[in-house]
Amino acid sequence: MSSAVVEVRNLSKRFNGFTAVDHISFDIAEGEIVGLLGPNGAGKTTTIHMLLGLITPTTGTIRMFGMDLARHREAVLRYVNFSSTYISMPYSLTVEENLRVIAKLYGLRHVQQKIDDVVKKLEMEDIRHKLTRKLSSGQMSRLTLAKAVMTEPKVLFLDEPTASLDPDIANKIKAILKDIRRSERLSILYTSHNMKEMEEMSDRIIFLQRGRIVAEGTAQEVVERFGQRDLEEVFLKLAREK
Amino acid sequence: MDPGRIGALLLRHVYLYKRSFARMLEVFYWPFLDLVVWGFITIYLARQGAQLHGAVTFFLGALILWDVLFRAQQGIALSFLEEMWARNLMNLFASPLTVGEYLVATMALSVLKVSAVGSLMTLFALIFYDYDIFMIGVALVPFVLNLLISGWIIGVLTTSIIMRFGQQAEVLAWGMVFLFQPISCVFYPLEVLPTALQHIAWLVPPAHIFEGMRTVLLSGTFPQAHLLWATSLNLAYLTVIVAWFYRTFQVCKDRGLLVRVGE
Repeated sequence: MSSAVVEVRNLSKRFNGFTAVDHISFDIAEGEIVGLLGPNGAGKTTTIHMLLGLITPTTGTIRMFGMDLARHREAVLRYVNFSSTYISMPYSLTVEENLRVIAKLYGLRHVQQKIDDVVKKLEMEDIRHKLTRKLSSGQMSRLTLAKAVMTEPKVLFLDEPTASLDPDIANKIKAILKDIRRSERLSILYTSHNMKEMEEMSDRIIFLQRGRIVAEGTAQEVVERFGQRDLEEVFLKLAREK
Repeated sequence: MDPGRIGALLLRHVYLYKRSFARMLEVFYWPFLDLVVWGFITIYLARQGAQLHGAVTFFLGALILWDVLFRAQQGIALSFLEEMWARNLMNLFASPLTVGEYLVATMALSVLKVSAVGSLMTLFALIFYDYDIFMIGVALVPFVLNLLISGWIIGVLTTSIIMRFGQQAEVLAWGMVFLFQPISCVFYPLEVLPTALQHIAWLVPPAHIFEGMRTVLLSGTFPQAHLLWATSLNLAYLTVIVAWFYRTFQVCKDRGLLVRVGE
């Protein structure tokens, strides 16, 4: 039996003749961090949206924890969460109120304890009673990450989670993610435009270009395959071929 | 259907309303102003000795019942807009929350809104105009329930259009219900309408409710036929509109609109 918690097969998405994702297949093993790389428009975000059940694939299947996402949406999504620079949370609620709503949405027990833990872990004590509209972009990123890790996910999709964070907080976030991955056997699909971060965080990298997987392997394997010095050069080479 | 997830959505709106002056205005200020204006109109008509039998009773009763419909519709449509404005739809629909739970939560929210607005208007009408809506009697209960369902139907229809066409359609959250007002015969009897419109009005549940209200107030008889028609039509339309919402939701997921709505 496969240890893959995420199994994507032949996944594609077409919008009015435009192919955003083109027959991709990949697995994510339990406790593995996979980096999803590619230039803008390569299909990374569309892939994540399909994995979250927000966009229906044109072809292909998505299975998580051995269940088909399309048929077992509720059961699957209970153990999946995401964070992205591009999402927000209700502005008129405080940080703690937003976390409480999310906790109830995911059916968590001991809600107050979970909130206290995540607030402490992500060093958000000073902002827990602050209105969300008053948060800086870095604080907002921490909040969306907090809501994602608080729900005890087995799989996390992170779309540029450190994009608007200062280096200190970004390092702390990365350390927390690595720690959770170790302790909870959390699987993570990670996108970033910071190549050093990708190399540091990812066990394996999937490189997307024009919706297709053009390279897959460890950072070292991908660099060697393209005959470049580092991941950044690989990225630039592929982006400029676009 | 998970009550916890429905409760989570309600909690989110309770947090929003308790802190938002603008939202509280929507619940208290506008209904109060409506009542003041229509109250004076009815007093004026009564003083003119108009041939309108029980003008005060008709107009104020109709106004309070119309607000039940209006607020029920807004409870659904505005809660979707709130999520759209807050860019929170992805958080909701990437969670285990189902479409059915979302709809039930917005319907429950509309009940809370209607209860608040209805209680307030009833109280103000009693204090300022010595008008007691409960003079309608036991028929008031099925009237209110039917108007609530009619509000849900228009609210779900509005929400599905906003979800499909995005921000450019958000004005419908305030305007759609007024499309139904002329043929709902809120402030005048159905016989006033041209014949062709009368045929259409008979297919509109609120028209039966407002006709029923006038029947009760004029003759004191229980409007059984009107209530039967209103209930049957409401249940049929509600079934169709919920199926339509599910379909629209699927279309939005197919076209990638759900993640872009509000942009």
